[in-house]
Amino acid sequence: MTLDSVLFYVLAALILASSILTITRRNVVYAAVWLVNTLVGVAGIFLLRGAEFLAGVQVIVYIGGIMVLFLFVIMLVSGHDEAVQRRFSNQKWPALAGAVAVCGMLSVIVLRGVGSLDHPGMPEAPPIGSITENSQQVGQVLFSQYLLPFELASILLLVAIIGAIVMSKTRNRATES
Amino acid sequence: MMEVTTSHYVVLSTLLLLVGVVGILTRRNILVLLMSVELMLNAVNINLAAFSASLQQVHGQVFSIFVITVAAAEAAVGLGILIALFRNKQAIHADEIDLLRW
Repeated sequence: MTLDSVLFYVLAALILASSILTITRRNVVYAAVWLVNTLVGVAGIFLLRGAEFLAGVQVIVYIGGIMVLFLFVIMLVSGHDEAVQRRFSNQKWPALAGAVAVCGMLSVIVLRGVGSLDHPGMPEAPPIGSITENSQQVGQVLFSQYLLPFELASILLLVAIIGAIVMSKTRNRATES
Repeated sequence: MMEVTTSHYVVLSTLLLLVGVVGILTRRNILVLLMSVELMLNAVNINLAAFSASLQQVHGQVFSIFVITVAAAEAAVGLGILIALFRNKQAIHADEIDLLRW
């Protein structure tokens, strides 16, 4: 068993355990911390697949940006009576059955196709380049072939920023009228 | 034990997607619902990175970057909606928001 396999199984166990803990914790702050754990595991998977730049983006944007935003909002809206609240909705058993059914069908399709993913034409262990090489390749593709989507993504972020500000702005009724 | 192949990554991402779907359908707290969406988007990213490595091309990684961008925009707008909702209705549970229910 090579080091890659050991790392994969450790990271997979970390990701699945942390994600299950994320959706079952009663306290939202604990759920957020377990989600951070899951995201770190996914960053490890990216490193394992030779996507160093993506791993860096994952840590900086997800863990550094999105999760801090989540924690801020938790501090703003979380009530004190969280301990006595019901965690799951009334529809939990039908919802669980439906989700497992849908994902069971998905798993059947995936498990049917997995054999064909590993045909010998596909090189399985890609040579993991140095960090500069991977970043360089991603940058070259991103700024040549995907230049228009890249610019559209910046417009999307601008619209999202403006929308978030407009929606969460406090409206002072006294000064308006 | 057998060697890790692309199939292993696909199975891992399917399981992570399952956890995300279960979370989004069964929990009440909207914050946890948004976290479940992030879990599902991460499952997609694992798939894209795995196939990018197996096909020896970086296009999958570029797509993953776009997915992360959209996830950031989604989280910002979703949390903005949540704050507006909390301010107007004091509700952070999904089943308390039934204004449009007949």
